[in-house]
Amino acid sequence: MSSIRRVVVTGLGAITPLGNTAPAYWEGLRAGTSGAAIITRFDPAKFKTRFACEVKGYDADNFFDRKEGRKMDLFTQFGVVAADEAIADSGLLESNIDKDRVGVIWGSGIGGLKSLQEECFQFERGDGTPRYSPFFIPRMIADSASGNISIKNGFRGPNFVTTSACASSNDSIIAAFNNIRLGLADVMVTGGSEAAITESGVGGFNALKAMSERNDDPAGASRPYDKDRDGFVLGEGAGALVLEEYEHAKARGAKIYAELIGGGMSSDAYHITAPDPTGSGVVLVMKNALRDAGIMAAEVDYINTHGTSTPLGDGAEIKAIEQVFGEHAEKLNISSTKSMTGHLLGGAGGVEAVACLMAMQHGQVPPTINLHTPDPEINQALNFTPNVAQTRDVRVAMSNTFGFGGHNTSVVFRKL
Amino acid sequence: MSEIAEKVKAIIIDKLGVEASEVTPEASFTNDLGADSLDTVELIMEFEKEFNVSIPDDQAENIGTVGQAISYLEEHAK
Repeated sequence: MSSIRRVVVTGLGAITPLGNTAPAYWEGLRAGTSGAAIITRFDPAKFKTRFACEVKGYDADNFFDRKEGRKMDLFTQFGVVAADEAIADSGLLESNIDKDRVGVIWGSGIGGLKSLQEECFQFERGDGTPRYSPFFIPRMIADSASGNISIKNGFRGPNFVTTSACASSNDSIIAAFNNIRLGLADVMVTGGSEAAITESGVGGFNALKAMSERNDDPAGASRPYDKDRDGFVLGEGAGALVLEEYEHAKARGAKIYAELIGGGMSSDAYHITAPDPTGSGVVLVMKNALRDAGIMAAEVDYINTHGTSTPLGDGAEIKAIEQVFGEHAEKLNISSTKSMTGHLLGGAGGVEAVACLMAMQHGQVPPTINLHTPDPEINQALNFTPNVAQTRDVRVAMSNTFGFGGHNTSVVFRKL
Repeated sequence: MSEIAEKVKAIIIDKLGVEASEVTPEASFTNDLGADSLDTVELIMEFEKEFNVSIPDDQAENIGTVGQAISYLEEHAK
């Protein structure tokens, strides 16, 4: 797409299992720490998986008055907290901006699972009299985060949620990017959040046999590209970006992290949960992203992979990278930060975009931890940034996320 | 203050996140205690649950203040 309206990133926010602000998250990533531990949100004794990557030390009372907090599911609270950080970081509200030209597109794969679960449990425990809370539906529906972010800040531009399972927040970033490119808005708050560490979330993913069951070693469970990987580790939290039209950002003297130069989307058209083992949909999405960005594959320095630590998915994505990047594949830094954060599902694209932008800012690539026994089925000549961060001037970063349903997404950032 | 009045006050403080001193008999849920229409629905539901009563919609419309809630429940609570 040739476009005169360029889009830059002017604000970052995150609340993650590694830290509850973007800088704290980055410190956790750079140090190669795991966010996994035994589940505290409910008693997991009878579950196949009894650990997850929870957000720690979070108290809603520090961010919301009690009445407002009660009306939001945890995924919405995480979204509002991360978006507030990104908005503050961008200095947007201190500038004289037209709020009619500021929108919010947010990603969530599931929405308010805890709220849904609680209300249904309560009805089941009763005598059949319906006593559903009037806040049940607004708490549960997946668009409540994007709605609440705009209400809090008075942003009256385009506003909706994207849902494509674990690709949701890359899709929101791409949709926000396109809204600015098309001239429908000048600034977009985007990213995504998830809070599915509940009985039904863990039980449901266990039933799919998608999650690691390494209960004796939670911190070592998320191990993308390692021979002994046995599934993903559930995470939660939110990642937020403020995207802004370049001239708009320059005119108000905003700090610019990088330019968002491309977004690619594709579908496997293969199976509702299994990845296409040939990786053809993943090849297509990275090609689409590079074409949209108008760059050569050899210009990419770092790929933050989808890399969830599942036996099938990790290998298919790497084969696709080899196919798209050819000889350059071995010169790339590749890492799966899900080895540390766990899998934030619909929030993954948000926190992983933040990881890419921080890597560019600090000249350091966060590692893939727990990579101890390389999988012989995966080309280990590639640099998976094993276990410790590596210094590198990251000029161009790509972030991949794929979702159940066969949704593939890829975004590309470049230093200005 | 009656036991019912105490309970009603506690529910209002909890659900609306207000201070005990604001919850006077004349206080209106919407005008004084910051409730919107959904908050009011939730309050009525909590009263129904706590006092094991069913408050028909046409009567719920007449419960707009703390005092009105207390008198209604003192009359109807089982």
